[in-house]
Amino acid sequence: MQIEPRENISPWRVVFAPITAILVAFVLCAFLIAWTGEAILESYGHLFKGAFGSRFALSETLNRATPLIFTGLAAAVAFRAKFWNIGAEGQLYFGALAATILGTGAITLPPLLMVPFLFIAGAIAGGLALLGPVFLKTTLKVDEVVTTLLLNFVILLFVNYLLEGPLKDPMSLGWPQAAAIIDEGVLPELMQRTRLHIGFIVALGASLFVWAFLRYTIWGYEIRAVGANPNGARFSGISINRTVFIVAMLSGGLAGMAGIAETAGTKGYLTLDLSPGFGYSGIAVAMLANLNPLGVVISAIFLAGIYVGADSMSRAVNIPTYIADVLVALSVLSVLVSLLFVQFKVRWR
Amino acid sequence: MANLKISNITKRFGSLTANDDISLRVDEGEVVALLGENGAGKTTLMNILFGHYVADEGNIEIDGERLVPGSTDAAIKAGLGMVHQHFTLAENMSVLENIMLGTESLWSLKSTVGRSRRKLENLSKEYSLQVNPDAGISELSVGERQRVEILKVLYRGAKILILDEPTAVLTPAETGQLLENLKMMVTSGMSIIFISHKLHEVLEISDRVSVLRHGAMVGEIATKDADKAILAEMMVGRKVTRPKAEKLEPGASIVELKNITVTGAGKAADLLNDISLEIRQNEIVAIAGVAGNGQRELAELLSGLRSWDKGEFRYKGEIVSRANASEFLRMGFGRIPEDRHHTGTVGEMSVWENLVSENLRQDPYWKFGKFIDFDANRKKAAELIKQFDIRCSSMETPARLLSGGNMQKLILARTLTADPNFVLANQPVRGLDEGAIAFVHEQLLAARTKGAGILLISEDLDEIFSIADRVCVIYHGRISQLLEVRKTNIQQIGAMMGGDMKAVA
Repeated sequence: MQIEPRENISPWRVVFAPITAILVAFVLCAFLIAWTGEAILESYGHLFKGAFGSRFALSETLNRATPLIFTGLAAAVAFRAKFWNIGAEGQLYFGALAATILGTGAITLPPLLMVPFLFIAGAIAGGLALLGPVFLKTTLKVDEVVTTLLLNFVILLFVNYLLEGPLKDPMSLGWPQAAAIIDEGVLPELMQRTRLHIGFIVALGASLFVWAFLRYTIWGYEIRAVGANPNGARFSGISINRTVFIVAMLSGGLAGMAGIAETAGTKGYLTLDLSPGFGYSGIAVAMLANLNPLGVVISAIFLAGIYVGADSMSRAVNIPTYIADVLVALSVLSVLVSLLFVQFKVRWR
Repeated sequence: MANLKISNITKRFGSLTANDDISLRVDEGEVVALLGENGAGKTTLMNILFGHYVADEGNIEIDGERLVPGSTDAAIKAGLGMVHQHFTLAENMSVLENIMLGTESLWSLKSTVGRSRRKLENLSKEYSLQVNPDAGISELSVGERQRVEILKVLYRGAKILILDEPTAVLTPAETGQLLENLKMMVTSGMSIIFISHKLHEVLEISDRVSVLRHGAMVGEIATKDADKAILAEMMVGRKVTRPKAEKLEPGASIVELKNITVTGAGKAADLLNDISLEIRQNEIVAIAGVAGNGQRELAELLSGLRSWDKGEFRYKGEIVSRANASEFLRMGFGRIPEDRHHTGTVGEMSVWENLVSENLRQDPYWKFGKFIDFDANRKKAAELIKQFDIRCSSMETPARLLSGGNMQKLILARTLTADPNFVLANQPVRGLDEGAIAFVHEQLLAARTKGAGILLISEDLDEIFSIADRVCVIYHGRISQLLEVRKTNIQQIGAMMGGDMKAVA
């Protein structure tokens, strides 16, 4: 077997390789479904219907995709600069904390100002959560994978403490949850009588913003250069530390906005189970999109669809929801392998 | 002993024909030099020979027997041995261990160390390649490492030795030693394929020279009938003369280093020790030396990437207080780095993006200071691509796809278009072919004529003697006094490169 780099990469291949890869993931997963004794096509039918088959299903999927777009963008922009931010989960909770502290009555603005104010506050809080890791990386060269990952648990325990103590809602009948976001701060719903809220539109805007930022600005140029070749970037006078700082603030900020979308949008108040691992799933979203900010939207909707669809599949046929995790993992793996086929050709002999 | 016959080898990669109907014969006890520019197809041919690639057409015979294509194992069994340009030794292991690595069977429970040691000692005596079998590779000099590479190949029973650019990393003295060793091996019946583009070595060692150009064999000539000019012309396809420096009166001081010291980490020796150096307008000052004697640190210092611990750094008479790459660029420094891929370019980014990478935040390439002005940048890039003849399919091509020569042209274009007052040229022609070398030298000399002061760091004495005005030698982080190039000679500088600073007349 020989592997040779391709000289020119056709755009068709770039589009079709991931699609084929995802079909392969579904085929592989079919073996597991067959193992449970359920009909494969019927099960997948339930999955698809549960994800996209009705107005309600679609709204649930897009609602689930909203935080994933934010955390996916957070991972994509950071990984572009080879800044391995694994801490989107913690940054999400920092954003949610900002929403709780500022949005439960401390400040009251008209809705038109209150909603943007919360998003900005959440972004700042998410960025703040990364200050420590950035400081340690730029001054002492401490690996950010370790610091950002471990900070997740620190932040989660901190939120836990706040919810049991200072931020505990006295009206919550003893449940560890914070007071509800005031009406002015609640994100308006996008479709009537569904949970889909304006946060989805903000997420779409964020993805356009990140795409344009990377492509059209000097900072974007610097981020791409530092990610592709830090030595070359440093040689041409780009400050690595400044670039890492900008990337970290952007990445943390996006993850923090996911926290706003969940607290002020989907849920309405902060609890400890606000995120079922959106921060970590964001990494899968970014990888699936090959770190392309616009692709993040599609891959986030795809992932959300699998999660939402798997819920309804498990209700219809006897397949546990864990199948969603398997499908997502197989999709990420096969897409990563397919990207290899985009760049290289393999000859058998 | 063996003879090798390569017949009508053709190898295509997509639309590119890397090897076009190539035939080559190497007889027992013969040295054939394979000469050609970068990208001429030398490496492809050797990769086919060694079983890394399979040829589309043609076949290879050793001693009349057809070599199984695409099998490195078969090639080694048939007696081929390859010494790569970049060494493939495990640094943390001893010489003997490295030689046994991959040759001894894993299925034998009995230790063969004693037998291997005796075999190695016999080989090293037979070919007078002296090594200490127990020395760790990391303690060895580059020349010694190469000796280990050759022994490794001999140990595997090679009868036809392929040497890919073997002298690229050696001092003149080590090169001499290597050539002596090779001559000795030939007398005992070994056949050698010597790949190089250093013409004087080819002329010294080979019996026959085969020249490749654009994937095709353009000619074969007996070495006794050849000279440098003939070979260079065959290789490039036209007459190439390396430019010579015309005499110019040096002007005002541009860069002046006074007693600059860079201390090593912990207790390590100083990386740069008390360096004093002045580069003036209209002159090229060369620093000769074997790699690893402080050139990298000096280059980083002058690129604004490394700060110094002691001493004074003046630019046009003004004190420079700290290292800062973007500040240096704004002040008028131009830098050509040693490593084109690693530092000189960002390979994933396009040609035009690389052409403007040092002008970030400078008008007129940026709208409102923060946004990329695509039109202005592309226009500028198009001009530079034309002016410096950078061959690329389009300016959107990722820079990593450029050939070495074109990548160097890209860096030259970026550096010289800013009309720098000072140019640091670190190994500017390493790995380039004759045509590209002449181009780079012309451009550097043109910058010198325009008034730039140039510091040339090089291991190639031919280069230094053809374009530099003054030269000094760097050794263990210290530099010798500056000598006028006209008043010294290659032998003297070569001796100084080996550490004999007393050779200074």
